[in-house]
Amino acid sequence: MVELTPKSPCDAALPLTIATVTLSEVNPGALTSVAAFQGQDAALSVALKATHGMEVPKPNRTTGKDGARAIWFGQRMALLMGPDPDASLAKHAALTDQSDAWAVVRLQGRGARDVLARLTPLDLRAGVFKRGHTARSDLQHMMSSITRVGEDAYIIMVFRGFAETLVHDLQTAMRRVASR
Amino acid sequence: MRIDGKGLIDRARPIGFSFDGRQYQGFQGDTLSSALLANDVRLVARSFKYHRPRGVLTAGSEEPNALVTTGLQGAQDPNVRATTLELFEGLMARSQNRWPSLGVDLMAINDLAAPFLGAGFYYKTFMWPRAFWEGVYEPIIRRAAGLGALSGKPNTDAYDKAFAHCDLLVIGAGPAGLMAALTAARAGADVILADEDSRPGGRLNAETHDVNGIPGHIWASELSEDLAEMPNLRLMTRTSVVGAYDQGTYGALEKSSPAHSARKGAPVETFWRIVAKRAVLAAGALERPVAFQNNDRPGVMMASAVRAYLNRWGVSPGRNVAIFGNNDSAHRTAADLIDAGVHVSALIDARHHATCDLDVPFYAGAEVCDAHGRKGLEAVTIQMASGQDKIQTDCLAMSGGWNPCVHLSSHMGARPVWNPDLLAFLPAKNAVPGLEATGAAAGQFSTQACLQGGIEAARRALDDLGFKPKDIKLPKSDDGTYDISPLWAVPGKGRAWLDFQNDVTVKDVKQAATENFKSVEHMKRYTTQGMATDQGKNSNVGALAVLADATGAGIPETGTTTFRPPYTPVSIAALGAGGQGMGFAPRRLTTSHQASLEHGAEMIEVGLWYRPGVFKKPGETHWRQSCDREVGYVRNAVGVADVSTLGKIDIQGPDAATFLDLVYANMFSTLKEGRVRYGLMLREDGHVMDDGTCARLGAQHYVMTTTTAAAGQVMRHLEFAHQCIAPHLDVRMTSVTEQWAQFAVAGPQSRALLNDLLDDPIDDSGFPFMACGLVSVGAVNARLFRISFSGEHAYELAVPARYGDSLFRELLTRADALGGGAYGMEALNVLRVEKGFITHAEIHGRVSAFDIGMQRMISAKKDCIGKALAARPGLSGPEREQLVGLRPSGAVKQLTAGAHLFNADDEANRANDQGYVTSVAFSPTLGTNLAMGFLRDGRARHGEIVRMVDHLGNVETLCEVTDPVVFDPEGGRTRG
Repeated sequence: MVELTPKSPCDAALPLTIATVTLSEVNPGALTSVAAFQGQDAALSVALKATHGMEVPKPNRTTGKDGARAIWFGQRMALLMGPDPDASLAKHAALTDQSDAWAVVRLQGRGARDVLARLTPLDLRAGVFKRGHTARSDLQHMMSSITRVGEDAYIIMVFRGFAETLVHDLQTAMRRVASR
Repeated sequence: MRIDGKGLIDRARPIGFSFDGRQYQGFQGDTLSSALLANDVRLVARSFKYHRPRGVLTAGSEEPNALVTTGLQGAQDPNVRATTLELFEGLMARSQNRWPSLGVDLMAINDLAAPFLGAGFYYKTFMWPRAFWEGVYEPIIRRAAGLGALSGKPNTDAYDKAFAHCDLLVIGAGPAGLMAALTAARAGADVILADEDSRPGGRLNAETHDVNGIPGHIWASELSEDLAEMPNLRLMTRTSVVGAYDQGTYGALEKSSPAHSARKGAPVETFWRIVAKRAVLAAGALERPVAFQNNDRPGVMMASAVRAYLNRWGVSPGRNVAIFGNNDSAHRTAADLIDAGVHVSALIDARHHATCDLDVPFYAGAEVCDAHGRKGLEAVTIQMASGQDKIQTDCLAMSGGWNPCVHLSSHMGARPVWNPDLLAFLPAKNAVPGLEATGAAAGQFSTQACLQGGIEAARRALDDLGFKPKDIKLPKSDDGTYDISPLWAVPGKGRAWLDFQNDVTVKDVKQAATENFKSVEHMKRYTTQGMATDQGKNSNVGALAVLADATGAGIPETGTTTFRPPYTPVSIAALGAGGQGMGFAPRRLTTSHQASLEHGAEMIEVGLWYRPGVFKKPGETHWRQSCDREVGYVRNAVGVADVSTLGKIDIQGPDAATFLDLVYANMFSTLKEGRVRYGLMLREDGHVMDDGTCARLGAQHYVMTTTTAAAGQVMRHLEFAHQCIAPHLDVRMTSVTEQWAQFAVAGPQSRALLNDLLDDPIDDSGFPFMACGLVSVGAVNARLFRISFSGEHAYELAVPARYGDSLFRELLTRADALGGGAYGMEALNVLRVEKGFITHAEIHGRVSAFDIGMQRMISAKKDCIGKALAARPGLSGPEREQLVGLRPSGAVKQLTAGAHLFNADDEANRANDQGYVTSVAFSPTLGTNLAMGFLRDGRARHGEIVRMVDHLGNVETLCEVTDPVVFDPEGGRTRG
């Protein structure tokens, strides 16, 4: 039997640290888009809570925690990050495996916000974009998902095919910030 | 001349620099202009048009004369204002627009020809012959006139771009801006305080005023240090806010300090987009010159600039200074100079009622009417009631009053309002939503008024935003009134300069009025006044006052020209920061990218994707050799191609089938589970939008495939159809393009290859043509589709993307063993042209289903998007250009895409156009060139000979019209 070897989106390019900021690849576990069928939003939230411990997040919010997180991902859609989705959720929502579709990185350290401010128009002020907040937004020329997971820590996702450019753009911004 | 004991420079830190190759020394804290003046360099530039000798006029970003070029090779930076260029060790500055040197400029002959070179000269003179303007006259004129130049080499400096957000943006860190920032930050608001200077304080750094009993510059630096410590305030020095845009967005250009620029990876400039809920415009005011004969001689300067050089940089621009003005600025200049021990030869005040108790020769009600000396001022002539007198001087400090910096308040279309008491334009109220002007920018011309204005403007912004202001104690400083009498241009003969940068004189403006260019906008364009890089900061108000005088209209009736961003010049490199090289566009790479490169792939860009064009083998010198070989793999053995870039959309829900019936022209609700169908999608206007296959994985689960090019467009279209046209349908969809690495395995040996790879073998009965299903590869769950874009027995195998690299390598190893291998886009194109399969070269947006022969795919049993409009008259019938195949039939064999088709005997012109060629390929299988194209009534003309003419490439080829499908028309190989 043939043996296929898995490869992560950013592969050997990460981690890298410039001054106080570190960029590392995250192995997010399973990624599943969860999109409620008509009239099922409330039932889905209850089921998600029962099976994975978190409700369906409101727009621009996340629920859950590291290891099992639900990230708002678009109109009536959440991305379940971490666990394999419980089969019972399929009664309420379209479940789509996206585990391989996204490059997932973590930008962390003092100045991480300044790095992101070079690439995205989001208002990232601490009191505005709080821990647990998320947004779909531009990252330089790419569309992305950006989530604040700590004081100076962000999870950033772009399409897998953009992994190289993601590292390039973040690295350039990290250099600019480090020079200040 | 440097004055001992004065200035905010660090004399313990000398700095060596050069100007036009000569070495000089300045100090930490100097600008290039203060250091040059300290070294008694007065001639620093040549003027734009007449190449007249010019010296430093101002001490700020409004400088029109002292422009220099810095940097070498790709880092060359022209038109840098010496007045804001911070001195650093090793700085090499060069003067501009002179030949052979600044001292001896042969182009100064223009100055002698001045009587012929007035306003409108070019328009009148170079009218004939008309064709000469672009080719002959303009290049010559441009060479003679001008500014500095770029190197022509790629820029080697780094630039940066960033976003910032705040509750209150304070523009300008003078007394008003500092107090506004303090008031807002103390109340808890997020504040950005931006100032174009390297040092906060504004005019306080240039004057001798006290604030709260201490020198103003100390008060300002202490306060700004406190402010910078506050977590909710960001102090941005060297940052010029250059534009006000919609919804509280401001553009700002930050220059890095010399120390910062020198660091690794550092940008020289950062372009900021600042989004602010409110803004306070505390940009101050600019002193305006007075027009009199030869007022452009090096040594004639703004009075405020003389004080700035004296008080901030410890430099006196002259040893024997005369002062001329129409307001108290002149008197303050005299007092400061005397206090510093500089000789003042005369104080000339145009106000008849003025008095003076300084110990200087004082002339009230007098005006300077001429300046003498060519490369440096030697004397001035003054006109008094009693007659004329000549006064020896090497520096004249002049003041014609103050113009508030209203610019940003006018960036959204508002015109400033004339104030007859201040003789100045003030910002209109609510000119930019959320922005309020205060301090000198709002006509508050005393330090005390500025301090108070800053607090008040901030309090109003805080009220709006719901912050509770804390009590802020108003500092004490100089108060006073602003006493000014009108003085724009001193009457007299000769040329009196209004716009120093574009060489526009009082005479030019009057001539414009005489020739009926009476509107200020017409005058501006006719004379070019205000059109240089200083955007008329020094000359606009003076010029329109002269125009108002010439036309007899008042100043408010004449009005200003339109203020547009940027306030100060912004380099294109800063606006485009991050967009050079790799930053131009993201690279979207397939999982097989690395392995493909290892196998000789030459990549081509398809949208943002990179796909192999051909896989070159050693010894192959032309892409056609590789392509022909790869076509052979597929036709004779087995080929492998990465097709992951095609859009894949996962569609689920109880109404998924109904939804697909709506968006596809043909029927999908009848598709059986485990089967794939080709689908055609129309736009609402009835034209073809996209095509592809769609697989039914389950009762309520489909996977749609789109073309690579239209993946985003189709996704958007589906969302639109669901959200706007059929929101009642219970269906959800999401892109899975990147989730799956998908490979075409095509050719007679395709199944043999797969059966060597799959955990469980497949056969024809279990996996017939157009079947799909789940399979297992090395215990990895995969999807298999038996579909073909090559006309061969073919499959597409999809695995989760993490296994893409590995699977591609396994496929290549097995294909190699079977006499096949990888094929790229070129071979893929040949294969599909042989089969007459369309791509976006054919469905380019103007073709209907009828045109491509697919009209019967628009199902009669249901409605679909585009069905009604596809039935319009004119979208079908013999008058339509229809898809055909073409094959050379004469001596010339070349076919080119984009060429047009004509009847064999017709002249090849537009009126006789019969159609065009969309795709071409050389078929190694059939040994001939092939093309696809559209020909009027083409389906009825198979067998006919038409003429293909490529007017651009000068190619003429006789072609036989054929069916688009020329290889295996029965399709036996596909079903195999």
